[in-house]
Amino acid sequence: MAYSAKVMDHFENPRNLGKMENADGVGEVGNAKCGDIMKIYLKIEDGVIADVKFNTFGCASAIATSSMATEMIKGQKVEDALKLSNKAVVEALDGLPPAKIHCSVLAEQAVKAALADYYTKNGIELDPAIFGNGSCGGHCDGCDSCGIEG
Amino acid sequence: MKTVYADNAATTALCDEALEVMVSCLRDNYGNASSMHHSGQAAAEVVAQAREDIAKCIGADAGEIYFTSGGTESDNWAITNAARLGAKKGKKHIISTTFEHHAVLHTLMKLEKEGFEVTYLDVHEDGYVRVEELEKAIKDETCLVTIMYANNEIGTVQPIEEIGKICKEKGIYFHTDAVQAVGHLPIDVKAQKIDMLSFSAHKFHGPKGIGALYCRKGIPLIGFMQGGAQERNKRPGTTNTPAIAATAAALKKSCAEMDKNIEYVSAMRDRLIDEIIKVIPRTRVNGGRSPRLPGNVSFCFEGIEGESLLLYLDLKGICGSSGSACTSGSLDPSHVLLALGLPHEIAHGSLRLSLSEYNTNDEIDYIIEQLPLVVERLRDMSPVWEKIMKGDN
Repeated sequence: MAYSAKVMDHFENPRNLGKMENADGVGEVGNAKCGDIMKIYLKIEDGVIADVKFNTFGCASAIATSSMATEMIKGQKVEDALKLSNKAVVEALDGLPPAKIHCSVLAEQAVKAALADYYTKNGIELDPAIFGNGSCGGHCDGCDSCGIEG
Repeated sequence: MKTVYADNAATTALCDEALEVMVSCLRDNYGNASSMHHSGQAAAEVVAQAREDIAKCIGADAGEIYFTSGGTESDNWAITNAARLGAKKGKKHIISTTFEHHAVLHTLMKLEKEGFEVTYLDVHEDGYVRVEELEKAIKDETCLVTIMYANNEIGTVQPIEEIGKICKEKGIYFHTDAVQAVGHLPIDVKAQKIDMLSFSAHKFHGPKGIGALYCRKGIPLIGFMQGGAQERNKRPGTTNTPAIAATAAALKKSCAEMDKNIEYVSAMRDRLIDEIIKVIPRTRVNGGRSPRLPGNVSFCFEGIEGESLLLYLDLKGICGSSGSACTSGSLDPSHVLLALGLPHEIAHGSLRLSLSEYNTNDEIDYIIEQLPLVVERLRDMSPVWEKIMKGDN
């Protein structure tokens, strides 16, 4: 199993790494038991993601997908950021090993969870078509929410 | 960037003595050891001498050594053979442990599907089998006890002599996977009453793809492949003269220098462990400190994940390994760490550094300098560590 040069670059030099005071939206997904937790902080101004930070516990691809996902949504309109798919993150990283695809799913869910938090804080109802029934509870055993093994 | 190779439990560098004899066999002594002509007989002589030398290193007779492709093949062969012998007498119970190598565990799982019953002994928090628990697990139907000599991930050395004694008294075959121990610890199969022992050359500075099974004289050994008459009709396939000669060269050297190596390597091990647990908070050492393989260092660092730790260390030139789920390619961290009763979230943050006599004290200094920085970097970005620091965890 080898990582692409892009994955290694984002792992070595993560973009938007850190925490954020007074964030407008915070999302945390994953579970320490499964080995991955991602936390994303958003600063939103005039419906645009003005700043984003992340903290991640996990493997190299978890760190790299968090970094790439934050880079992809920074400066985007909230509604566009909601369209971020795990597939787009994988493509932007020049691919991930099959066993690591779930990291990209987690990155997509972390972005959605942070945006859901922003909506909730602003009294905007969540559209279940976009947000589903919430983020992954992190119970990997027997979970089929991301539809990906391992 | 300098490479600090601290993954000697995975494999070791070939020693010069092994390399030289290997090259000379490949270049000059290339005959087939089964051929009648002088070229073949020259190769056969090299193999006979190597067999003698290897046998002497573990207290066996040359006729009890069977060359194989390595530890996995030896484990599969020994266990399957003993199970067949047991089944013939209606004895279909085997005793092992929860933290064996997969070459043993998966062979046992296969036998379970074929109707054998396997008792897996607990290795407790410290990574040692309890002899009284072995005694309690023995039944009239027990045909085999297979317990590793020393664990590959956490380095704990098992009470082999006591296990051998119990098995001998009860008339049960005793096999040990000694892949991590041969060439590193003194072994005497006769004194320790070991019936079968597996080892692999590349763990003691020999070449890869070669190992052996020691099988005590008197135990019927049935081959599992069909072919030629090599290895006294037990293991067909053209004799791997270069690798066999190199195995003997490496093992002779390791055994001749064993006392010196044990002293030197275990001093580096202890210094590394002592310094790291002093400097990095919320660190645990996996497995008891003694008896432990001279080169094995195994930690769990709370709040971080092992694969990213491994790769950040690699960027500093340090080669180690981890039992985290991400490096095992599954959702679960290493079965060895779970066998110690560690929760998943702790086991994910594991790191194994395995040293050899090729390492230097300067390299240990470098690891002691770099490892805390890497752990700190990962903890700084970890939401799990943030919670631990806030006291929510």
